[in-house]
Amino acid sequence: MYDFNRRRVLRGMLGGGAVTVGLPLLNVFLNGNGNAMADGRPMPVRFGTWYWALGIAKAAFVPGKTGATYDFKPEMEALKPVKDHFNVLTNFTAFRDNAPNLCHFSGWVINRTGAAPMTSGNIPGETVDVTIASQIGRTTRYKMLTASADGNARDTFSYDNPTTPNASEVSGLKFYTRLFGADFQDPNAPSFTPSPKVMVRKSAISGVLDDVKDLNKVVGADDKARLDQYFTGLRHLEKQFDQQLTKPEPIAACKKPGALKEDTKVGSDVSIIASRHKILTDLMVMAVACDQTRVFNMSYGGSSATRPGFEKPSHTATHEEPWDTAVDYQQTCSWFTRRAMENWAYYVKSFADFKEGEGSLLDNCFIMANSDHGLARIHALDGMALFTAGKAGGRVKSGLHIDGGATAATRLGYTAMRIMGLDIPAWGAKSNNTSKEIGEFLV
Amino acid sequence: MTFNVRLDLLRGSAIGLLAALALASCSGPATNGQAAASKSVAAVAAEPVSSGAEPRLRLITRDQYLNTLAYVFGADVRPDVEFAPLERVDGLLRLGTSRAGVNDTQLELYQKTAQNVAASVIEPQRRNFVISCKPKNEKAADRACAEQVLSRIGRLMFRQPLPKDKLATLVEHASASADKLEDFYAGLAVAIEEILVSPKAMLIAETAEPDPKKPGSMRLDAYSLASRLSYYLWDAAPDEALLKAAETGEIMTDRGRAKIVDMMIASPRLKDGMRAFFDDMFDFEKMNTLSKDALVYPAFTGLTAEDAREQTLRTVVDHLITKKGDYRDLYTSRTTFLSPPLAALYQLPTVKGWTEYQFPENSPRSGLLTHISFLSAHSHPGRSSPTLRGKALRELLLCQPVPRPPANVDFSALENPKAEQKTQRDRVTFHLENPVCAGCHRITDPIGLAMENFDGSGRYRTTERGATIDASGNLDGKQFTNVVGLAAALHDHPGLTSCLVKRAYAYGTGSQTTNDDAEMLKFLNARFGAAGYRVPDLLRTIALSSSFAEFKLEAPAKDEAKTASAVPATE
Repeated sequence: MYDFNRRRVLRGMLGGGAVTVGLPLLNVFLNGNGNAMADGRPMPVRFGTWYWALGIAKAAFVPGKTGATYDFKPEMEALKPVKDHFNVLTNFTAFRDNAPNLCHFSGWVINRTGAAPMTSGNIPGETVDVTIASQIGRTTRYKMLTASADGNARDTFSYDNPTTPNASEVSGLKFYTRLFGADFQDPNAPSFTPSPKVMVRKSAISGVLDDVKDLNKVVGADDKARLDQYFTGLRHLEKQFDQQLTKPEPIAACKKPGALKEDTKVGSDVSIIASRHKILTDLMVMAVACDQTRVFNMSYGGSSATRPGFEKPSHTATHEEPWDTAVDYQQTCSWFTRRAMENWAYYVKSFADFKEGEGSLLDNCFIMANSDHGLARIHALDGMALFTAGKAGGRVKSGLHIDGGATAATRLGYTAMRIMGLDIPAWGAKSNNTSKEIGEFLV
Repeated sequence: MTFNVRLDLLRGSAIGLLAALALASCSGPATNGQAAASKSVAAVAAEPVSSGAEPRLRLITRDQYLNTLAYVFGADVRPDVEFAPLERVDGLLRLGTSRAGVNDTQLELYQKTAQNVAASVIEPQRRNFVISCKPKNEKAADRACAEQVLSRIGRLMFRQPLPKDKLATLVEHASASADKLEDFYAGLAVAIEEILVSPKAMLIAETAEPDPKKPGSMRLDAYSLASRLSYYLWDAAPDEALLKAAETGEIMTDRGRAKIVDMMIASPRLKDGMRAFFDDMFDFEKMNTLSKDALVYPAFTGLTAEDAREQTLRTVVDHLITKKGDYRDLYTSRTTFLSPPLAALYQLPTVKGWTEYQFPENSPRSGLLTHISFLSAHSHPGRSSPTLRGKALRELLLCQPVPRPPANVDFSALENPKAEQKTQRDRVTFHLENPVCAGCHRITDPIGLAMENFDGSGRYRTTERGATIDASGNLDGKQFTNVVGLAAALHDHPGLTSCLVKRAYAYGTGSQTTNDDAEMLKFLNARFGAAGYRVPDLLRTIALSSSFAEFKLEAPAKDEAKTASAVPATE
């Protein structure tokens, strides 16, 4: 149907008119430079997100200069070693228009859905990762993967629709089993034998599809949509079975990690959250490298993080810790933000250090990161900081500080969708509607 | 918008008046029928006409799934699985099941779980429990045996007999799989997986039929009624007896339905149902992730949280179901159960396993408010929180939503404890003096401060930072000097019982209550009071009410279905 080659695909991407067709990554078929397939197809570009809670303090975070030679303030200090791999975007705004400012909710919802929620718990629509996954995530084993270091499956920033959250993986052991347990097909295994059990299992799904049709006859219109979703999920299962019955292409970079010996610890101490974040990140990186998914979400969270011996969790501290006029921020709150940035640095470094072809896994990713507020103390929806990481297969440059000039934070989600090949003229509702990419980091 | 608090109880109290005004200005819809509890049965003998509760398409919960598996396959078939979180609607996760969608990730989880369950069921040591026949040849298909097994499992998991064509399809899949895998049991497992992953198992689709006794009205059909009753009272799919009653039509007769409901209430499985209900109503889901700062509360561990939840649920079931006690007495009762980790936190001698325990009359532990579950769940990781505790009491036990703090509130005056601010009372005084904060904090803090003799882990204390704790306060005009007084005030608060009625009714019907239900709730409140606030009687009244199983075709006004969402207040 399509005659893709590298030139055409890239041209299409830049024009926003084409969508990359997902194919298994096959290093042995790379071109001479190791940056594209031998037949001209580009390496698959993956999309990721990262979330941290409670924003930033301007005086402790925002660099004084823009461009490539910006200075590092204390809250970004941990990011120095990975400077070349990310962009920091400051002074962006989540517009709520006539909607209320729902604390710790409106900000991230606007960033991820493009629209301001009217009530707490109301998600206006699908999140940007889901939109992108619908484009690029249908050929992999998992349409998307979502994990949260906060330890609560409810901590998710990914929604298929207002009533369907993508629950987060919070247990390292369970995440490992899901990814690399008995059903994992090692693409580099010397032999392949289709499982007869999977064959019969796949044929049984047809009976379940008929059950959906039966139920459709007795439910109302709203519930039909829920059944449609169920039907789609069953189709996804069929596809997973198909993949299990097909010999996977070798992927040189993919190496099944060793089994975890113990599960992630329970607790809200920052060190425990960091340990969970590390375990989940390491698994996520290998899942992406093994082409198990092309869309991945990670939340560091941190709003309930605690500091040993400090009686208030991070969120309470934002409201009750005195403002230190000498430095123009709250010291302990800033301490929590610095811990979050250490974890963001780990996330970026993990992808950057992973070799893929001639470059790194991060070179073929585009990751966006956001928080819920600018200054959390006053639940600010302006002065928000955002990040990107990765070069998106050469479509993005990194190492920059960009001042958004108080424009819509939704520009990042819009730019991400354009980079990932969605041909959309604009995105977002009311004042959050934008058709303006963040061009400073586009190649 | 109406008041959530009886004004007659607030008269004569400045705090009470302020609280009432605050609730009036920022609370959600009324607690229907709250002021109507009357002990005159005669005045409310007849059930009022109501719009009833329409059929729903509900997503099965994890516990319902596990309880059903236990009945169908045996108690030891209990996969380690977590389903996607549900939206809490009007105080109940159960109401979120009528909205929840199922996506790729969940289907994948259902399939994996089904695969594990089916594999477990056909294990040689278990197969005799479920598989009532022996195949002629274990290495080949046996259609007759497969049909026998699958018809039973399908009927129980789908909550009604399998249509012939569906059963034939399942048998065909089992047989084809058995032949391909050269294993009868492996083939059977494939068909069992098919049943378990079906939307007919994972979604509860209620269906209705015209009510022959009431033209213009609809009623749940027999199998839907059996399911609604079963998930309400047992938190599981209907058993054989219930399905039989649906099949014969017995459940559709007044006498037959009463007999079924009485059987269900007398069953030990009622305890499962009530544990699920109170776990939901008390928002115990948060105990799953509750943790404390180990430096501040070294004795509080993940196991403590788990046991604290279990302590309260055991106490509830023992008091309400086993002893058929007055619901209000749960909040003053000194009888409870302890485990070894809990005994340590309660500063009591250790116990062997779960042990019934009676706190002495002079103990500050009086009722559920003084359980570690309530005290620790509504505290910060490193300290107690009068605001969170007061808010929880209002929202969970009195059905009074507390408004969220304004986003632009100025916190500049509320800073770290100053040297002279030794106790939480000293610190939260700011809330009550600042006009922006006072409106809502007067609703929460005077209640929460009464629980200050317990730290953030629930351990008893008399001082904080060297200062003696003042645990006095008031609940809607009733003054007290400590938590025992608060428990007594809560015991007598009309909102306590009307809140339970509202939650129990919504939980059973699967529908959010609206103003259309006001008369029905008033009726239920009166019946509950007349029955001495015995919960089994309340359950029976609801389960046998017309509105539980019938509904009018006219939809209620849309604006009445709106309910304020309960959101966390900050302190």
